[in-house]
Amino acid sequence: MSAAKLARRRVGDIAFKVFCVLVTALALVALAAILWSLLVQGLGGLNPKVFVKETPAPGSPGGLANAIVGSIEMCLLAMVIALTVGILAGTWLAEYGGRSRYGAVVRFLNDVLLSAPSILVGLFIYELLVAPFHGFSGFAGSVALALLAVPVITRTTEDVLLLQPTTLREAGVGLGAPLSYVIRQVLWRSARGGLLTGALLAFARISGETAPLLFTALNNQFFNKPWFDLRQQTANLPVVIFNYALSAYDDWRKLAWAGALLIAATVLAVTVVARIVAQEQRRS
Amino acid sequence: MSETTLPAAAPGRRRSAPRGALIGQLFEGLCFAAATLLLASLGGIIVSLIIGGWPALSKFGVGFLWSSAWNPVTDVYGAAGPIVGTVITAALALILALPVAGGVAFFLTELCPAPLRRPIGTAVELLAGIPSIVYGMWGLFVFAPLFARWIQLPLMSAAKPGSLLEALTTGIPNGSGILPASIILAIMILPFMAATLRELLLTVPAAVRESAYGLGATTAEVVLSVTLPYVRQGAIGAVMLGLGRALGETMAVTFIIGNSHAFPKSLFDSGSTIASTIANEFTEATSPVHTAALISLGLVLFLITFVVLGLARLMLRQQGAKL
Amino acid sequence: MLKTLGAAVGAALGAALIAGAATQAVAAGAMSGAGATFPAPVYAKWAEAYKAQTQTTLNYQPIGSGGGIKQIEANTVDFGASDKPLKPEEQAANGLVMFPTVVGGIVPVMNLPGFKPGQLKLTGAQLADIYRGVIKKWDDPLLARTNPGVKLPNLPITVIHRSDGSGTTFLFTSFLSLQAEHWAKEVGANDSVAWPVGQGGKGNDGVAAFVKQTPGSIGYVEYIYAAQNSMTYALMQDKAGQFIAPTAASFKAAAANAKWTSAPGFYLLLLDQPGANAWPITGATFILMHAKQADAAKAKEVLSFFDWCYKNGDGDADKLFYVPLPANVKALIRKSWSKVVGPDGKPVYK
Repeated sequence: MSAAKLARRRVGDIAFKVFCVLVTALALVALAAILWSLLVQGLGGLNPKVFVKETPAPGSPGGLANAIVGSIEMCLLAMVIALTVGILAGTWLAEYGGRSRYGAVVRFLNDVLLSAPSILVGLFIYELLVAPFHGFSGFAGSVALALLAVPVITRTTEDVLLLQPTTLREAGVGLGAPLSYVIRQVLWRSARGGLLTGALLAFARISGETAPLLFTALNNQFFNKPWFDLRQQTANLPVVIFNYALSAYDDWRKLAWAGALLIAATVLAVTVVARIVAQEQRRS
Repeated sequence: MSETTLPAAAPGRRRSAPRGALIGQLFEGLCFAAATLLLASLGGIIVSLIIGGWPALSKFGVGFLWSSAWNPVTDVYGAAGPIVGTVITAALALILALPVAGGVAFFLTELCPAPLRRPIGTAVELLAGIPSIVYGMWGLFVFAPLFARWIQLPLMSAAKPGSLLEALTTGIPNGSGILPASIILAIMILPFMAATLRELLLTVPAAVRESAYGLGATTAEVVLSVTLPYVRQGAIGAVMLGLGRALGETMAVTFIIGNSHAFPKSLFDSGSTIASTIANEFTEATSPVHTAALISLGLVLFLITFVVLGLARLMLRQQGAKL
Repeated sequence: MLKTLGAAVGAALGAALIAGAATQAVAAGAMSGAGATFPAPVYAKWAEAYKAQTQTTLNYQPIGSGGGIKQIEANTVDFGASDKPLKPEEQAANGLVMFPTVVGGIVPVMNLPGFKPGQLKLTGAQLADIYRGVIKKWDDPLLARTNPGVKLPNLPITVIHRSDGSGTTFLFTSFLSLQAEHWAKEVGANDSVAWPVGQGGKGNDGVAAFVKQTPGSIGYVEYIYAAQNSMTYALMQDKAGQFIAPTAASFKAAAANAKWTSAPGFYLLLLDQPGANAWPITGATFILMHAKQADAAKAKEVLSFFDWCYKNGDGDADKLFYVPLPANVKALIRKSWSKVVGPDGKPVYK
């Protein structure tokens, strides 16, 4: 009887392991298939001109330089805003008011915000920052991207903070440090890996977003003047990709795939670098 | 601004008590302000949706929810088609992606040889970094023809007339429709769920897991009865992350779902989702009622999310009561 | 960690304040326009050449014709662009001035194994019946009537249309409404309609892809997509009853016979134009500007740009498969620009 049960448990265990390996393989196959398309199509369009020339008209030589610069500017500003708001809000939910009624409402609405279609976020920012001032701007684009990133960061921040052992907090407070100090110096530090994951997911989420930028930053065929002035319509990779990918011109399609490859490569690079940095810090 | 002075003052080693308390209060206030900002932005979105959608809501009333008419020429709109499409594709995507995401997370935390852990984890996260338009184009130009050839056509020819399989598989055999769109969605939400699940599983204290192993539990038992329940709360959050993305995704779905406003009749029939309808028609809609109807669709999507999340909460609470 | 956070908070607030305050000040700077996707390539080409010559930049962004109309009304751009012309009374109601820039054609394309481009002949009425779902198979006797001697396959017809609202769809459905009473009554013309049958592809490219992947399908795309993808197109019956091929020449013929002189506000659809070899599904694309301009200098810059394009841009337009306007129409347009006035009520141009 007990032997039969043991055998059944072992079979179940093997089935479980096989299942895990198989689905991981499946996920990797999907990734490989998409990456393969991306590489095959994107490498063909990638050359030094992509990084130094402005987006061209069909048939003219050109690159993606203005879109790359614009995307970097907008994503950076968006991440700065989103990390500030998201980590603080997530901390409040985990450490201060999460159990209050108000906290429950905030948490609930944050989850709702997570699934807000990015196009609606774009429309909201359009009404808030574009229409009243009679102009599309890279700044409005950053705010729209930030609004998409915040709920991801808030959610992950709260989750990882809640999973930090209570003993950490008790030890800190027991030593006479104020809670706010313990949160910043102990909890944030020990939850660093999770916070980083949240930030990376948020960055990955916004780096390729087209819909919210269509209504806010729009796009620009040329560099902004001066190039860092986000008050103007600002070039960005996702909208350029969107415009070029479905066009009838081969050189535009090539640039679109090259742009998509650049975004994916950037996300990969940022992820890898951040993980290495996090590990270095953990070691020291 | 006073906020900017706070962090500079904080790391001092010798802090007088009142100053520390002040900083503590300031910090808590700041956190509270951030949470409130979050609340305010969602409130702002909903208010702007209600204002923008009002012309359609007042014209069609609650009937907007179950009418399946959608005619920009006569300016008559109903949300039923896109609502059904949204719920079906999101549910299918979740059903397809959740076991895979779980499997990947378990594999990475329990089974994977250490040197492979990082590369595979990063590879899966990389899926999240691919712009959604690439998923759309890949879906349309690469996935759809393969899907049509190797899955759709064999299924359609295997289906006996009058059988359930036939009812499920009728459609245009070009690899587009509800099921292909759901599969693309599943691939898109997979990395979000897998990455958060893995991160959660890693936070389970080693002592908890090891004591379970020590009691002779198999890997499957440890994962399913010890570590997974341990992170349940967070796991729901991970699922919500995925579901949220699936409900709100526009670009990729638009390419491959076939974009018909009628109710989908089979897995391969054309359908539409709320987000894809907004993406398709918003920029071109010039009639005020059309624009308002599209904005109302956005409001309906929020409503759906409210209901789904509410149900999830309820389920969680009941489960908690039983334990 | 804390220092970084402090810097981050500071940077965020600082940036937010500066940018927020400055957004209100934005006005000057490069010219900007947005709207129809169809002319975007040629506008980009013109903007590039214009910048090389004058150092002045004009940024045009394809957001769709409806978007162009909405954005010029919201005053977020200096000019809007649309494939769907606004009626004179609509222009007046919004204080807008409209003029055409280039002309192009829309082509029915199909996936019929073994068929060569131009082998199938269609009338507007047949096309309408296919899109209404009345003609369901390619060997329908109704289709055989215009295709004597052609072996039509016993294949079901899969109708493919645009899923996104589009000026192309507006022109196509306007043409079907013009040719078939049933269509006009049951479906009508708009940039998106309630399609009786079929499947929607995203953009011209999405339609082309579905058509290529579905044997027995039919769709409609801008000419360049049919040309670049070497798709099987149909010959269409022109006003005189002849079946003609979609070519630059047949679009030009349609544009040449258009009576712009008797079209107030340049409101004109170039569908089913009379004259030999005039492609029946042809349309112009339009620019929209406010008649009363707050910034006279900026408005003058925009009009100078289009003046430059009319003078120097025909070659580029030809190369990208667009049909430039005849010289007399261009003169007429320049004359109409006197309606664009500055705050002082004086015309901004010349």
